[in-house]
Amino acid sequence: MTMSVWLPVGILLSSFIPGVLIFFQPEERHRLRTWLNLLGALVKLLLVGVLIWGVFHEQVFETRWTMAPGLEFVLHADALSVLFVSLSTLLWLVTTIYAIGYLERTPHRSRFFGFFSLCVTATVGLALAGNLFTFVVFYELLTLATYPLIAHKGSPEALRGARIYLRYTLFGGLLLMIGAVWLHTLTGGVEFVEGGILDQYTNLDQSTLRWIFLLLIVGLGVKAALVPLHGWLPQAMVAPAPVSALLHAVAVVKAGAFGIVRVIYDVYGVEFAAELGVLTLLGAVASITIIYGSLKALSQDHLKKRLAYSTVSQVSYIVLGTAILGPLATIGGLVHLVHQGVMKITLFFAAGNYAEALGIHRISEMDGVGRRMPGTTLAFSIGALGMIGIPPVAGFISKWYLGLGAVEAGAAAWVVPVLIASSLLNAAYFLPILYRAWFKSPSRPWPADRTAGCARELPDPLLWPPVTTAALALLIGLFAAAPYSPLEWAELIAGREYRQ
Amino acid sequence: MNNLLIWPIAVPLFSALLALLWIRRSTWIGVFGTALSLLVVLLVGRQVVESGPIELALGGWTPGLGIALRADGLSLLMLLMSSLVSMAVAVYASVYFSKAERRGEFWVLWLLLITALHALFLSGDLFNLYVTLELLGLSAVVLACLGGSRESLQAALRYLVMGLLGSMAFLIGVALIYAGYGTLDMAALADAIEAGPAAWLALSLMTGGLLIKSALFPLHFWLPPAHANAPAPVSAVLSALVVKAALYLILRLWLSLFDGVVTQAAAVILGLLGAVAVVWGSWAALQAERLKLMAAYSTVAQLGYLFLFLPLLTALPEGAARDVALGALVLLALTHGFAKSAFFLAAGVIMQRAGHDRIAELGGTARALPVTAFTLALAGVALIGLPPSGSFLAKWHLLSSAFITGQYVWLPVIAVGTLLAGAYIFRLLGYAFAPGEGVGPSLSAGREEIPAVLLALIATLLLGFWASAVWELLPISAYVGGGA
Amino acid sequence: MTQALIYALTGAVLFMLGVRATLLRDTLLPRLLALNVCGAGVFLVFVSLAYRGDSMPTDPVPHALVLTGLVVAISATALALALNRRLREMTDE
Repeated sequence: MTMSVWLPVGILLSSFIPGVLIFFQPEERHRLRTWLNLLGALVKLLLVGVLIWGVFHEQVFETRWTMAPGLEFVLHADALSVLFVSLSTLLWLVTTIYAIGYLERTPHRSRFFGFFSLCVTATVGLALAGNLFTFVVFYELLTLATYPLIAHKGSPEALRGARIYLRYTLFGGLLLMIGAVWLHTLTGGVEFVEGGILDQYTNLDQSTLRWIFLLLIVGLGVKAALVPLHGWLPQAMVAPAPVSALLHAVAVVKAGAFGIVRVIYDVYGVEFAAELGVLTLLGAVASITIIYGSLKALSQDHLKKRLAYSTVSQVSYIVLGTAILGPLATIGGLVHLVHQGVMKITLFFAAGNYAEALGIHRISEMDGVGRRMPGTTLAFSIGALGMIGIPPVAGFISKWYLGLGAVEAGAAAWVVPVLIASSLLNAAYFLPILYRAWFKSPSRPWPADRTAGCARELPDPLLWPPVTTAALALLIGLFAAAPYSPLEWAELIAGREYRQ
Repeated sequence: MNNLLIWPIAVPLFSALLALLWIRRSTWIGVFGTALSLLVVLLVGRQVVESGPIELALGGWTPGLGIALRADGLSLLMLLMSSLVSMAVAVYASVYFSKAERRGEFWVLWLLLITALHALFLSGDLFNLYVTLELLGLSAVVLACLGGSRESLQAALRYLVMGLLGSMAFLIGVALIYAGYGTLDMAALADAIEAGPAAWLALSLMTGGLLIKSALFPLHFWLPPAHANAPAPVSAVLSALVVKAALYLILRLWLSLFDGVVTQAAAVILGLLGAVAVVWGSWAALQAERLKLMAAYSTVAQLGYLFLFLPLLTALPEGAARDVALGALVLLALTHGFAKSAFFLAAGVIMQRAGHDRIAELGGTARALPVTAFTLALAGVALIGLPPSGSFLAKWHLLSSAFITGQYVWLPVIAVGTLLAGAYIFRLLGYAFAPGEGVGPSLSAGREEIPAVLLALIATLLLGFWASAVWELLPISAYVGGGA
Repeated sequence: MTQALIYALTGAVLFMLGVRATLLRDTLLPRLLALNVCGAGVFLVFVSLAYRGDSMPTDPVPHALVLTGLVVAISATALALALNRRLREMTDE
């Protein structure tokens, strides 16, 4: 079965090769660059389609390569990887189209799209990593690929944001590596296996395992923006809109959250982790992050900053779902990995459009923008309502399963209040925006109107990505029970994780 | 086929003589001689891989009275590094010195330096090692002051005096060994040497001498000025190869010859000095205002990492875990060799373009010299120890050995060193990728930029994904004593 | 044997004196002289090693080593002096 070996590699190369080729393209070869980007994204989508089908039918896709004694580079596709791979692939395609429109006529586009492709390669690598070592490799590569994207504008502000990002993530990566090495020396190799592997090592000291857990979670928590490790995320807002969109929806914060899921389910095993008593602490941190992020979002007038704090809060739903023992909470957390991605990318596309078309950066400047830019604002509204958890948008499904899971695990006493409080806060910081946008009339001229004389609100590559993802957020909420929907897939994963 | 071993030494030596006789064609002879040396090293490598260690008794005199040359896995790896690095540097130097008046001198000394390096890696005799050390030191000193500036002369003089002192200490150690065992052949000594005050004293003296040459803290002070003030191609080989020669000898002594004499306490002392070197060198690199000085301090720090391995190696029992750690040490040395030479060559390109290497004024480098900026980034990845470079794997096993032996004290050192390295590399990249006119408007591409980027790619990709070759070659040992 | 030992010890003392002066002096010429004293000490040790009792011929190997060592030491000293002169010329200019 050579196909089973080459498919994971092919999925990586489908963005890596275009990325490398794009670096060498002169700035003015706009058309070739676009073709390379889209071709790579489409090939990747096709390959991921094959992968989804295969993993659903329990086929094994695995590539192994020995880098050093005891250190194997393993790409392996299981149900959880597929969830993350499909999300990244789909959103990469949409974001690429958006970025092509957004960055038109700006300098350094070859550099930008090169690193953009590398960033997705690293994310997909994280999703496909078959052991902790490979995960660490891609985790660090992701740091390297995103740093130039955040610094892209080259302004002192951008450089500062990138520097802060780097400080946090290098520190996090180091802790993750130390934890991974430690675990590696105790067990002789850490493969990701559904249900976890550590419960088989009965001779290991439990307090050592708790320390290692702490190292791993702090290392991953930096990218997942767990409080108090979230400081870089609002600073990284200086990046161009497509980067923020990808960063918040797929690449960086999701990599951290995905890593936490991996460590708990496929290394420790959720039952064993519960036995060690580390999940309660994680659940508490996640809850604090959810509330704190929402509270901070409330006081931001800068639109992208408010969205950033909203991400801090929303990503911790995934962590919360993971920290509660029981399949329903697992489903809630995993499905939110996808739902949050689709909704948040919509919001950031919309924020980018406001800035691009009318120069709007602050919420106080958004009065009446709904009538001026109806398509964008409609998409924004769907995303925002989904974040609050209003049915039938996708976010409702996540919160519903998290609540059910909490009841099932007997943790309702503290989880449900957290969910309710957070939803109220979400409403408190999103609804005023919607009110301003739709019902107020513009009180003063737009800060920088660039659309004068255009028939439509925006060119196609800027308008359609948010509309598409908003529609997607609506569809995966409405048809949550359809086969191959994120919810069905999360149920498949939960079924495999709790098989014992 | 045994006489193959003479060629890695003879080819550069005869090329040097030829270059001296035909000084007008020296560039051509220099590049061609270096390439030919690389070729014979590859031939030797093929034979070692196929049929094990090779030995050659020079002039037919049996070892004991005569001098033996030996090639095994470790020496082969060092030879491969030095000949590949010197090939790339030679191509760069052919552009760098194309208009210089003194290029004839450069090429003669360059070929002599390669001769000395190759002879050192192949010598199986302690006294011969002393001779090669001196040859290496003398040619390196002259190369280091080719720039002709006052600073470079002063630095070279200090380098020379410290190097001579180191050689003297090494030599008196050799005398003690001869007094004790009546032979200087390393294979015979590997069996013969036993723990005792004489052996201990000999080891201390020889190690002390080599520590000066490998610039371990606090004996590093001569290195930064010498490496930073030399012409770029020379800095590259000084930092990448010449200091590694002394390190190679320390490995041979500690792990093969004196493996019964070495005590854990002595290894811990070297480890502690290495730890200080890591932190102090990285800190100084972060403070450095000039690119080449930063690279030189970074070398001090990277050498420190290599010494961190010693207490771990002596604590590990002979067997798989120790072999893994030794491989990681060699891999780190190799990766640093390639990465640092790439770094210095890139610095040289920038210096020739911009006329300076002040880090704070490097804005616009990425636009004017994209390939060179890319080289700095790639080499930087390897210097920090980020994946997929070879140093990432090495650091993983360094950490791993610290956990296995329970020597947790090294963990914070490695952590701080890594973060500081990240800080100084990204500080540089921040300036290099920022907009500005610091290096002028010219776009370039060609012979001067390509060698560096190739070296950086070897450090970050080849030594990452194909690193297991290191562990496959090392067990091919010509010395029975230890793992090396 | 004792006579050889005296030579060897003298050599060791010379070596140590040389090291001390090399490290402590800060001008080149005394340092270079000290290095040569150092070298003389080492060579004396080697020569004393060659003595294997009155009944045996002396060991030729150390002699060969010393000869080689002398050549190296002379060249190194010459190089150092040449560099120093160059430096002087630059200072005078």
